[in-house]
Amino acid sequence: MTETAAATDGNLLVAEGVRKEFGGLVAVNDVSFTVPRRRVISLIGPNGAGKTTFFNMLTGVYKPTAGSISFLGEDVTGKPPHAITARGIGRTFQNIRLFQNMTALENVMVGMHARMHANLFNSILRTPFVKREEASARARALELLQEVGLRRKAQEAAKNLPYGEQRKLEVARALATEPQLLLLDEPTAGMNPQESAEFTQFVAHHLRDERQLTVLMIEHDMRVVMGVSDRVSVLDYGEKIAEGSPKEVQKNERVIEAYLGKAAVEDMKRQGLS
Amino acid sequence: MTESQIETVGFRNQMRARWRAMPREQRAGVSIAATIVAAALLFFVDHALAYAALTLSALYWIHRLPLLPWRLGAQAALVLAFVIAGPRSLAVLLAIAFAVFWIPERRRVWALPVVAIVAAIFYPFFEDKMFTIPVFGVWPDVATGVVMIIFVMMAVGLNIVVGYAGLLDLGYVAFYATGAYTAAFFASQQFAGQKCPTKGVSIDNCTVAAVPKHNFDFGAVGLVPGGGGIHISGWLLLLMAGVVTAIFGIVIGLPTLRLRGDYLAIVTLGFGEILPQIARNGDNFFGTGVNLTNGPNGITPLDSIGFGNSLSSWTGGFLPSNFLTCCKANHLGHQIQSTDVFFWVAIVLLLITVFCSLRLQYSRLGRAWIAIREDETAAAAMGIPLMRTKTWAYASGAFFGGVAGAYYAIFRSATFPGDFFFNISVFILCMVILGGMGNIWGVIVGAAFLAYLNQEGLANTGAWINSNIHFGSWHPNIEPPLYASGIYGVIILVVMLFRPEGLIPSRRRAAELHEGVHDEPLYDATHAGAEA
Repeated sequence: MTETAAATDGNLLVAEGVRKEFGGLVAVNDVSFTVPRRRVISLIGPNGAGKTTFFNMLTGVYKPTAGSISFLGEDVTGKPPHAITARGIGRTFQNIRLFQNMTALENVMVGMHARMHANLFNSILRTPFVKREEASARARALELLQEVGLRRKAQEAAKNLPYGEQRKLEVARALATEPQLLLLDEPTAGMNPQESAEFTQFVAHHLRDERQLTVLMIEHDMRVVMGVSDRVSVLDYGEKIAEGSPKEVQKNERVIEAYLGKAAVEDMKRQGLS
Repeated sequence: MTESQIETVGFRNQMRARWRAMPREQRAGVSIAATIVAAALLFFVDHALAYAALTLSALYWIHRLPLLPWRLGAQAALVLAFVIAGPRSLAVLLAIAFAVFWIPERRRVWALPVVAIVAAIFYPFFEDKMFTIPVFGVWPDVATGVVMIIFVMMAVGLNIVVGYAGLLDLGYVAFYATGAYTAAFFASQQFAGQKCPTKGVSIDNCTVAAVPKHNFDFGAVGLVPGGGGIHISGWLLLLMAGVVTAIFGIVIGLPTLRLRGDYLAIVTLGFGEILPQIARNGDNFFGTGVNLTNGPNGITPLDSIGFGNSLSSWTGGFLPSNFLTCCKANHLGHQIQSTDVFFWVAIVLLLITVFCSLRLQYSRLGRAWIAIREDETAAAAMGIPLMRTKTWAYASGAFFGGVAGAYYAIFRSATFPGDFFFNISVFILCMVILGGMGNIWGVIVGAAFLAYLNQEGLANTGAWINSNIHFGSWHPNIEPPLYASGIYGVIILVVMLFRPEGLIPSRRRAAELHEGVHDEPLYDATHAGAEA
């Protein structure tokens, strides 16, 4: 049933009543969530709202306590991370998790793991198939580095790249998994306004419009969120409190309350009245 | 643990920084003075070695001088002087070192292994002509060489597990034992059984001498007629031992590889303890009365390995039919021994191991192993199936351990449970650590050195100390082999303090050890907790 629903809605990802408890603590409380195709969706919320936990459930790092997640109409609840990546969800991490001592090129090539087929035996024999695959993977990785503007840093160890470039490399590595849905966890954290603006352009134009990818991102920088999102969802204390276009969300009372407190809302109301 | 490591690394870096901060002339002065002092000390030990040390140091310093046209000439003159004056074998060694020194760095990557392989292949011919190394005594004999190579093979195998995939395995001896016992089962009279030659009479009521009940022969050489038991060709057996051990590795790996770090080490330690006990008590397997391993007496003799009569005669005796009884040929003034043939085959096996290991390192799987080592969570998120990939690392490591174990058993024609105790696991791990985790060349050097110490080096050193060092009328009488574990412990301690990445480290691994790995298991869990 979900399958047909997903197919007709054009929803890439459907999460229904997803819940995660750590001991007695409810990190994500029955969140239902859909991600339509070829959109940029932002997930915002104050610190500790459960955004990253939600991400980790989508990518299989955590198993939801309850609820179901289906991707492309297939139930992926509780599947291991590599299986979910293979189905087409790529991700980056809030705290950059590159393979620090591998080169940029190798990092991207690791991302292609699920799309390559060489095994232990033909790797030892280095059959023509393996040679071809390695060569094309290498070429493809270089292309991806070119896309994010790191072509000239291909042989540089990841840890030697400046912060902003490490973030870009993480995106390239995630793109190498050939995702249909790209999850970005605070991609502009630590970037300066110039870099953030560039990144916003990159997500909106390159990823969404040219590559026709669907992007779901956690973001704190409101300029980025408002500039690029087709839809914004807001989590607070593990619950989804609002959803809609950036404009709508901006005006939503509960969102303002979550971010600024009740007093602020009343204050604003008074101002609005007066 | 990590904190102390960081501190010592800091100490090391401090020392290094202080060294670098010194002016160049001062550094050169200190180095040259140190060389002269070392040479003077060596002079008391052995004159030739002191000259060699001086020559090498002079070569090095000349090499660093900017005056290029005179450099080669000066160095050649030095070597020539040494060739005329010094012991011939040492001079030849020096000349080779000198030649390698002059090969451009780009080609040295290939030249060094090639020179090493050629030298190793001809080692049986010049082994007895080599000079005496001071303190360490004569060069290792060929039988020691075989054991060294076998241990190098195991170290290279373990390096796949520990060095590439970063899975700390303290029970590698289990694989070694599996390989050795697989060879022993299928190339001995272990499963011959007994029956009465008289029809229909059970063995208990038999009045005549019993004969073997089972007899299976497949291409084995050098069998005792009428001996019974299972006898499979040694070559097939090496492969079989590898495959059986790899399967065993997978069976052990599936439950254990879910664990990380220290937990994995403890569980593998457990398996490494269990297996020798099974071998020891296997003469009455779980009380069933089945004699599987012949208990503490071990299984002996094993069939030798060989190419068989037809292949031998077809190649004009070039390929010996049976390694144990072979070889009367005389080449280059050296009568070829059966150990020589074992030695050459060991080299071939080692080359295959190294080849596979290198190919794997630079493949999709090798990248995945390194990724897992660096950050498991990120590796999984990149589509690497953790369990499967780790299990492959385990299986490939086990395969080479199994082959090495089988070859060792065949070479010694015996296998005993006493060979497979925990200290061997640690010993092999020491080899990997000493040489440089993750770098196959380092591992080879480290393993060869430690295996040599274990086989001959320590005993020779002890003999040298006992006969050369005395204080007045007091002569020491020490036996370093008795303190072997302690000595290896000290070696590892020193390496960990001053060069935690090993003698010849992989660049990547060195970086990890100095800066720490990025892997914080379940970072997100702690983060999510903190967030809420």
